Amino acid sequence: MNIHEYQAKALFEKFGVPVPKGAAATTPEEFVNALTQLPDGPTMVKSQIHAGGRGKGTFTDGFKGGVKFCQTKHNAKEIAAKMLGNTLVTIQTGPAGRKVQTIYFTAASDIKKEYYLAILLDRTTSKPVIVASTEGGVEIEKVAHDSPEKIHKVLVDPAYGLADFQVRDLIFKLGLTGAEAKNAGKLIRNLYTMYWETDAAMVEVNPLITTPTGEVLALDAKVSFDDNALFRHPEITALRDLNEEDSKEIEASKHSLNYIALDGNIACLVNGAGLAMSTMDIIQHFGGTPANFLDVGGGASKEQVIAAFKIILGDANVKGILVNIFGGIMDCNVIATGIVAAVKEVGLKLPLVVRLEGNNVAAGKATLAASGLTLVSGDTMADAAQKIVKLVA
Amino acid sequence: MAILITPETKLLIQGITGEFGARHTRLSLDYGTKVVAGVTPGKGGQFFEHGAHKVPIFNSVADAAKATGATVSAIFVPPPFAADAILECVDAGLDLAVAITEGIPIKDMVRVKRAMQGKSTRLVGPNCPGMVCPGTGKDSHGGCRIGIAPGYINKKGHVGVVSRSGTLTYEAVFQLTTRGIGQSTTVGIGGDPVNGTSHLDVIKLFAADPDTHGIILIGEIGGNAEVDAARWIKANCKKPVAGFIAGATAPAGRRMGHAGAIVGGAEDTAAAKIAVFKECGIEVAVTPSDMADALLRAAKAKGVTLT
Repeated sequence: MNIHEYQAKALFEKFGVPVPKGAAATTPEEFVNALTQLPDGPTMVKSQIHAGGRGKGTFTDGFKGGVKFCQTKHNAKEIAAKMLGNTLVTIQTGPAGRKVQTIYFTAASDIKKEYYLAILLDRTTSKPVIVASTEGGVEIEKVAHDSPEKIHKVLVDPAYGLADFQVRDLIFKLGLTGAEAKNAGKLIRNLYTMYWETDAAMVEVNPLITTPTGEVLALDAKVSFDDNALFRHPEITALRDLNEEDSKEIEASKHSLNYIALDGNIACLVNGAGLAMSTMDIIQHFGGTPANFLDVGGGASKEQVIAAFKIILGDANVKGILVNIFGGIMDCNVIATGIVAAVKEVGLKLPLVVRLEGNNVAAGKATLAASGLTLVSGDTMADAAQKIVKLVA
Repeated sequence: MAILITPETKLLIQGITGEFGARHTRLSLDYGTKVVAGVTPGKGGQFFEHGAHKVPIFNSVADAAKATGATVSAIFVPPPFAADAILECVDAGLDLAVAITEGIPIKDMVRVKRAMQGKSTRLVGPNCPGMVCPGTGKDSHGGCRIGIAPGYINKKGHVGVVSRSGTLTYEAVFQLTTRGIGQSTTVGIGGDPVNGTSHLDVIKLFAADPDTHGIILIGEIGGNAEVDAARWIKANCKKPVAGFIAGATAPAGRRMGHAGAIVGGAEDTAAAKIAVFKECGIEVAVTPSDMADALLRAAKAKGVTLT
């Protein structure tokens, strides 16, 4: 689960990670109150959406920049009014962009130097890794590619936790001394505690900055959490912003379906995540484009299949449907019954190809045949994919 | 022979009285698997009954192992308690713990993995379909079925299958069986970013197993486990290997069902992994329908008989 920058910074403060003074607002009326909490002078106005590249983004009405520097608070208020309710398109949002529903004002900081700092899981060693670089404020992927020697990594032993010598080592590598070193050490330790205590999946600060007075501040904050651990963090679960999620994905999660919307026109309904991914792949292999990832899970019921069909058909781009079920333990006839009920209920007019294989497949195929539905059956995944691609073309 | 388990393996089930665990215990018993004990804290002394089977239930893994000689556990306990269940197997000194549970917090697995360092117990999973070593009876009856995979689609033979995904494993096994090619062992290592046994661990076991003549390696986007396995195969494994990577169409940054199936960088895309497979002499299945045929091509090229 992702959260907004302003939410992440509130968590930072709670764990003793210094951030510039800031306040969020969701209506123009709240702008005034939010701005009175900040010191007079230069102010940053930051659109709050769950996507990177905000500063270089463009709003759909042509206004440029989702993050702006303003000389005065008065100016900040005017800029915020242009952003709020407007739709921001960035390199990460896709062409549709995201509607800005919250504005975050922060006091603009004097920057001496920018750094990069992140904490995440290192999959190779199954340990938390702290990644830091002297090259902050830029794309870290580019730094890793062009000058990998400038990326410093510290693996944390989960049995012991982050050791002081590791923090010292990292600070030396970043070239920090004096008050900066002391403040950065405290910040890194506190950020690690937050990462560990909250079951974060990733914490990224880009840039982390030093100021002329020796302060070290997190100027930006990107935080995501391990969905599997949300059950033990109700206070973090409460930060979920449904406005940032696809309405079809929210509906799917209510029915314990795993759905992700994509840009294509062939919808798929599959059991199992690996098979669902490869069903998308095989559609593309034969020249089609998948409209979604949809895993109905290992024990789908008739009701889930009906819900899945409704969600698929809620996507106006969909021109055809491919059902691919390998019923290992799952009864193919349960799926077949669900398909028949769903098609009758939603009045399906689009081409439908069904590939059923596995447990009780004969009964499942008989159910489909007896239903009188106009559907095409596929024998293998390849056969089914070729048929739906042809029908949609 | 097979790897890790045989039809004689004595299995215990943690979470045998839960709905999910009970259902799959019945299916394993029907398949002919030697389920010798169940563990549900607080229900020790009771029995799990299914047809003529009467499986004793114990309060702890240590008690169950001591009383029955069980060496392997299948873990079906809910996510908040699953890490503890794995550690209990380690403490009891079992040979193998197979964690079926989906949705264990990553931090729990990070701690479990650290705690298992230097211990004798091997972990397969979590979030995995488990393992099957087919038997010699009808529809491979009499084999060892640990977890949630369908037993009946297997056939006793000489191909090893390793995969993160359950349904893709079944797809591969079904393709093999319908072509008359049997399996030595199928291993589902699970779709989580932190798991016990890796693709490479299983590949090493298959390479050393005289009963395994060919291998199907099924991977996904995310991480570099498949790449590690492929490079090892290039240097060390003479047996024919076919490979498939799911997720070519998955957009970057979106988690595709499995917690581990997410593209993070340029190195863990499907295209990057497929390129490494090819470079390492692995016959790549063009589509998921092509997995068994890809292995047949690889076997033919090396003059190896799979049946």
